[in-house]
Amino acid sequence: MAAERTLGGSIAGSVAATRRLWRTPGVGPLLVLVPFVALLALKPILPEAGIVWPRDIAVPFIDWINVVVDVFHKHEIFGVFTVKDVTRAIAFGIEWPLDIVHGLLAGGFRSIGIPAIPWVMIAGLAAVFGWWLKGWRLALLAGGCIVYFAVFGKWSLSMTTLSVVLVAAPIAAAVGLALGVVGAKSRPFERALWPLLNVMQSLPHFSYLIPVALFIGVSHRAGAIATILFAIPPMTRLTLLGLKGVSEEVREAGVMAGCTRWQMLFRVEIPAARDSLMLGVNQVIMQCLAMVVIASFVGAKGLGQDLLFRLQSLRLGQALENGVAVVLMAVMLDRLSRALSEKQPERRPDGPFWRVHPYLMVAALIIVVSIVLSLLTPYAQTLPKNATITTAPFWDMVVEFITFTLYDPLSVIRDGLLVHVLIPLRTGFQWMPWIAVASLAGAIGWRLAGPRLAATAAGFVCFIALTGFWERASITAYMVFFALILCLIFGLPLGIWASKTAGRTRFVQLLCDTFQTFPSFIYLIPVIMLFQVGDVAAITAIVIYAAIPIVRYTIFGLRGVPNETIEAAITAGCTPRQILWKVRMPLAFPEIMLGVNQTIMFGLFMVIIAAFIGTKDLGQEIFRALTFADAGKGLVIGLCVAFIGLTVDRLVVEWSEQRRRQLGLA
Amino acid sequence: MAEPILTCSSVWKLFGPKPRPFMDRHGGAPGLAAILDEGYIPAVRDASLDVNAGEILVIMGLSGSGKSTLLRCLARLIEPTAGAIVFEGQDLLKATNRELTQLRRHKMGMVFQHFALLPHRTVLQNVAFPLEVQGIDRRTRETRAREMIELVGLEGRERYYPRELSGGQQQRVGIARSLAVGPELWFLDEPFSALDPLIRREMQNEFLRLQNMLHKTILFITHDFDEAIRLADRIIIMKDGIIEQAGTATELIENPETDYVREFTKDVARDRLLTVATAVRPAAAGETTQGEVEADATLADVAPQVIEAERPVAVVDERGRMVGVVDRYGLVDAMYADRS
Ligand SMILES: Nc1ncnc2c1ncn2[C@@H]1O[C@H](COP(=O)(O)OP(=O)(O)OP(=O)(O)O)[C@@H](O)[C@H]1O
Ligand SMILES: [Mg+2]
Repeated sequence: MAAERTLGGSIAGSVAATRRLWRTPGVGPLLVLVPFVALLALKPILPEAGIVWPRDIAVPFIDWINVVVDVFHKHEIFGVFTVKDVTRAIAFGIEWPLDIVHGLLAGGFRSIGIPAIPWVMIAGLAAVFGWWLKGWRLALLAGGCIVYFAVFGKWSLSMTTLSVVLVAAPIAAAVGLALGVVGAKSRPFERALWPLLNVMQSLPHFSYLIPVALFIGVSHRAGAIATILFAIPPMTRLTLLGLKGVSEEVREAGVMAGCTRWQMLFRVEIPAARDSLMLGVNQVIMQCLAMVVIASFVGAKGLGQDLLFRLQSLRLGQALENGVAVVLMAVMLDRLSRALSEKQPERRPDGPFWRVHPYLMVAALIIVVSIVLSLLTPYAQTLPKNATITTAPFWDMVVEFITFTLYDPLSVIRDGLLVHVLIPLRTGFQWMPWIAVASLAGAIGWRLAGPRLAATAAGFVCFIALTGFWERASITAYMVFFALILCLIFGLPLGIWASKTAGRTRFVQLLCDTFQTFPSFIYLIPVIMLFQVGDVAAITAIVIYAAIPIVRYTIFGLRGVPNETIEAAITAGCTPRQILWKVRMPLAFPEIMLGVNQTIMFGLFMVIIAAFIGTKDLGQEIFRALTFADAGKGLVIGLCVAFIGLTVDRLVVEWSEQRRRQLGLA
Repeated sequence: MAEPILTCSSVWKLFGPKPRPFMDRHGGAPGLAAILDEGYIPAVRDASLDVNAGEILVIMGLSGSGKSTLLRCLARLIEPTAGAIVFEGQDLLKATNRELTQLRRHKMGMVFQHFALLPHRTVLQNVAFPLEVQGIDRRTRETRAREMIELVGLEGRERYYPRELSGGQQQRVGIARSLAVGPELWFLDEPFSALDPLIRREMQNEFLRLQNMLHKTILFITHDFDEAIRLADRIIIMKDGIIEQAGTATELIENPETDYVREFTKDVARDRLLTVATAVRPAAAGETTQGEVEADATLADVAPQVIEAERPVAVVDERGRMVGVVDRYGLVDAMYADRS
């Protein structure tokens, strides 16, 4: 008894001593590296399984998942139908709204002899919508985009894409909202929901495509279903956050007014969370567009599919032409939905109907005029092919010019980068034993928040290793890592520059906003043009796409430094340079780290898509899984990608929060 | 004195995991040390009070002293850990949710520190909201809401949205909304704390004007003692979740029961609060007086006259009978009694 107690006491004592050392500034951070460095040094005597877990003894997650998938896929419930039958039936349910919307926008209804809405009417209504939301600029933008689609011969393709978004977004928003509401009302459900959302939002697009292809088949509607599934998580997340963010007082005001539970939800909480919910709607729409482009891999029609064909046959000019249309679509949808989310209810003027509802009156006018026009001339209904302009020759010229003039210098850069930087770096990443990486993640987690975070972080790494995809994963990691370095090199100075004046900030933020709305797939086009295929092209695509958060968060962090602090620094006699490096940067650093985190997330999304241009990482595997409709493999690799991201995410977010609390910024 | 309309006896509210078993373990009355030791937050401890019909009862205390928590227990917005709350003979803690909703729809109104208006509704729709959730038809509820808006002096702003109003105006909307159902019991949680001093003053006058017309039973929270003195019939002083003392402003100032109350009331402008009655002494034999003052005038009102008078001033009650005299020394003694 007594011996036990002293033993326990001395263990507790040494634990406490370690903990003290652990917390000592200057020493603690280095201690984190000890197991990592030790394991690196011990690599020669580590068993093979500790370095790269061999494929043949990999934990057969894939088989397990496929067994489950097979049960759903082939075996019949009650001997009547399979789950696949059910999912296919549901998928058919989405067919008719798709058909109706597409018919209205472009195809018309031949069987009952009703033509599609004339394009002039769509353009006019889009403009009025923009005008009502935010004024004439948005009207011009929305109307102009629609006119572009019509005049430049992209009408049918772009309206097909738009119809999928118009059908998928409301469904995804409704489902996401419902899940979020249940989560906000039920603690256990919410607890289950958060990790699920985290994983789902870091799964690459392709992981959604494979099961959909398997259970629904390769078709336009499968693309729509994948699009819906992909867009649900952000809505759920923002619903949860929004409902939690409703102030306690407002809720109490509802209770004191005598609301029942439903009245509370629909008349108090949801309206009060409106801003957050509408932001969710914006995200849903943008995710839908991003996904519907990529869903062309499982047969979604529209701009994405056309783009994919052109890219595959390396007709870059035509691909670029399509890319421009996708970009315009993205900008239009983003600006409209964002204006919708920012629109506050307005006081109505008094007076006759036309004074109270001027926009409705104009819309009615446009409808009448365009019907008359389309009766007068078929050109107002749909522009015939010979009346449209194609820009493909122009783009071909551009591509040709670039390849001619830039091919040699670019290939020198490419090859130099490859030989002197990328290949050594890749070798370095592949050389690292997985145990060392897991121990590093674990040690950082432990230091930040104790055993739970340590177990989570190390667990993620172990999962990746045990699936047998360690080598592939290390290639993914190396590409994202190198891209991150480049993003920092370009993004940080840009962010610092932009944070200097309000004007620059606005300008750069507008650029970031715009670039961020483009579906990631689009970034491949210029990159292929410049570097053909391979690692350099992939990394360039990642850098362009993933530098955005770094810039954004740097600006945000630097501009978020309290004015008083800066004034204090000025009165203390700091030079501008000192203010930047001694005051603003340290205070903005936690925010910048969140940007780094986001950049890594974006990078992971892009690196998988970049598999399309021939990389050798996880993306390639997932691509192959898509070809063979191997749902298990698709999901497991998707999880590997997600876990790379989540490991970093958990650690960085935790660190950043702690640091912000220390700085008194949170 | 009127009948108590709301009675609360030995109400406790502890924040923390599973507070009820903890209370039971300590025989229903845990000490402060035990509470803090086990990591509970003692928001309200053993609070008992009666609220009389038609009175303005002000709850005072520093930030974190448990005022809001006590008020929310009384409105049953939060569940007390222990105790009993009886409103018009009905035990609120035993009331079902449906009964509570009915009570709130007809008998209770509440005004919030940060207004808690619904941002997506106009002024009119905000004020009509409690009526709307009862299912009252649109015409009726909007007529009623318009009356309330007029009552708080916001006519012409019916179609504004809350974001278009100043803080004072927003709180007027909050007040109108809480009065729309014609409640008997009116809760106000620091209604004027978020407002500028000048506006605050104006709103206090407004509030008194309304109460003169409406005669509600009012529970009013503030941490501003001057506000309490202006508005209160009775004041409750809370500290660390405990009711330190309850009484009229004069009682608290004259007879503080604890050091805390004494400290709290120390800096009050006593001359505006205390009446001549507190400084009066019986006339000595053969003493002659110069002029007269009323017994229920405040010391501040009579100070110039008393100080300038060469001889003591006669004090008379409302029927003009002399009850005693007051002189300079009596005046000073009464005003600085706490420092002597
Ligand atoms: N939901 C809650 N969970 C945990 N503790 C709480 C909660 N609500 C209040 N408390 C704590 O209970 C104590 C009393 O809080 P209360 O809000 O009643 O104080 P108050 O007197 O109204 O203060 P203020 O003047 O700042 O409004 C405080 O210590 C507070 O931190
Ligand atoms: Mg309070």
